[in-house]
Amino acid sequence: MKQGDPQIIVKNLTIAYGDFVLLKDLDFTINKGDIFIIMGASGGGKSSLLRVLTGLVPAAKGQILIDGTDFTKASPAEREALMQRCGILYQSGALFSSMTLAENIALPLQQYTDYSQSLIDELVELKLALVGLKGFGEFYPSEISGGMKKRAGLARALALDPDIVYFDEPSAGLDPISSKLLDDLILDINHSLGTTIVVVTHELASIFDIGTNSIYLDTDIKGIGARGNPQDLLKNPPNENVAKFLTRGEK
Amino acid sequence: MKPDFSIADNVLRLNLSGDYIDYDDETARRNLMTALAQNGLQTLEIDASSLRKWDSTLVVILFEAVGLAQKRNITVKWVQTPDNLQRLIALAFQVDRKPTQDVPVSKPLLETIGARTLLIWASISKGWNFMRQTANSIVRLCSDTAVMRRVDWLFALEECGYKAIGIVSLVSFMVGLILAFVGAIQLRNFGAQIYVASLVAIGMTRIMGAIMVGVVMAGRTGASYAATIGTMQVNEEIDALKTMGIPVTDFLVLPRISALTLTMPLLTMLADFMGIVGGAAVGVIMLGISAEEYVTYTLDALDMTNFLVGLFHGLIFGLIISLCGCYFGVFCGRNADSVGKATTQAVVSSIVWMIVATGIITWFFEAVGI
Repeated sequence: MKQGDPQIIVKNLTIAYGDFVLLKDLDFTINKGDIFIIMGASGGGKSSLLRVLTGLVPAAKGQILIDGTDFTKASPAEREALMQRCGILYQSGALFSSMTLAENIALPLQQYTDYSQSLIDELVELKLALVGLKGFGEFYPSEISGGMKKRAGLARALALDPDIVYFDEPSAGLDPISSKLLDDLILDINHSLGTTIVVVTHELASIFDIGTNSIYLDTDIKGIGARGNPQDLLKNPPNENVAKFLTRGEK
Repeated sequence: MKPDFSIADNVLRLNLSGDYIDYDDETARRNLMTALAQNGLQTLEIDASSLRKWDSTLVVILFEAVGLAQKRNITVKWVQTPDNLQRLIALAFQVDRKPTQDVPVSKPLLETIGARTLLIWASISKGWNFMRQTANSIVRLCSDTAVMRRVDWLFALEECGYKAIGIVSLVSFMVGLILAFVGAIQLRNFGAQIYVASLVAIGMTRIMGAIMVGVVMAGRTGASYAATIGTMQVNEEIDALKTMGIPVTDFLVLPRISALTLTMPLLTMLADFMGIVGGAAVGVIMLGISAEEYVTYTLDALDMTNFLVGLFHGLIFGLIISLCGCYFGVFCGRNADSVGKATTQAVVSSIVWMIVATGIITWFFEAVGI
């Protein structure tokens, strides 16, 4: 697959909790190498969509095709194989608190590769260095700051050299400098490795800095209110909700 | 100061002068609202030209007055009112859009029963699936393919093993003491207080030792399992495990279940011993039985069957406590309140299931003559 080819195709996806339909009939495509932003107001279903995309919550209806394989109907083995090609950075970092940073990053490597322990140790050091945490391997998550936790979480997400990395609100709880640092890191990973990045966020600065393509989830229609490059959407917002969202309610 | 008002030409003039700090005059407030409720008023004029200091106690009066005026289509006119005071009132009237809420519809009885049955069925099936996944993890452990870190197992062993020795010893000693006391009161009537030794020995080894360890460990370790795993759920650590394809039961449940199930029989043995020591303390110090006599009667009363039955209870209780703790932790909600609920449910369920298990085991052993 080359850059720009469709990598994730979402067809007719509906997300519901019991009788309550959160989002319905979503259709969108994420191309290889995109930094794809899923944006929208709080409570609009962004994180729920991410949970469905990553297989944590089943979809009520619809298909998620990852490189042609339907993720929603995949067998456990197929699903595991697909998930190995995806990395996820959770809002809180989701590092295992009883393990050091090095152990956190080593876990997926130990689980899914036959690498020797010395190679795993070297890979862990490399991943930590990539996110600016060289020498922090022996630290526990409780001993580092929120921004560092997110970067360590990113190092773990990158452990298996994934094709796709999902980010859930990467800027949440970070100061502007740490937030910018993380955005730069996302751009670096995307540019240097060609990784497809899917970011759930409502942080405007990040959206405009890193996003190459996006969808706006509109709570009023429980679906996609707009799609396209965030900068283009800002210049030509297709509706009032998008305009308000992208200008912090000023339009 | 009091809000002074007058009505002329369909205009209610409210004159605010002086300080309104900690202002609490219910009568004046009621009078103002009664005046505002009069028919025919067209304008409410709020004159704050002489107003000096004020706080929220004034804002609350104005908020109510302006609200009433708006409801009655009375025009509000501000005269030399501080901007910040006007802004605060305006701010208080800005109401966010309320989330849509489903209107509760009363369902017919049959539908309610059906919905409840489905709910019960869903929770039975959730519990069953968890047990099945745990059993699969145990099978993987036996075939050395489970994703369980040795260090986690050792840590769990330390937590529910030697760190519990103190509290288990103390509680068992006290239970032995109480058992001896209660027994002695009755046995003394027949001059048979020496049989306190037999009572304590049989009681502790057959069931009391295991039950007391079970109760202590449900509150101590079962609750800790639910809280730890529940917090991991809140922190999205369990999501991370799932998306990494690592079975939660392998990584989190297996070390805890194996550690507690292994240590419970050992702790039961300790409880048996400490209970007997507690009973001996009462027998020797309070009842005047000689130490040699107490030991002789205790050894006579002890038999291997009772001892093994007690250990078996301990083993089963260990399994129940760890399963309940881990189950409620894994299925915990995503907020602090849910962790609290999960912890409570883990302890209560452990104790209830221990009692149920004791009933079943006792009936079974009775049936087979043990």
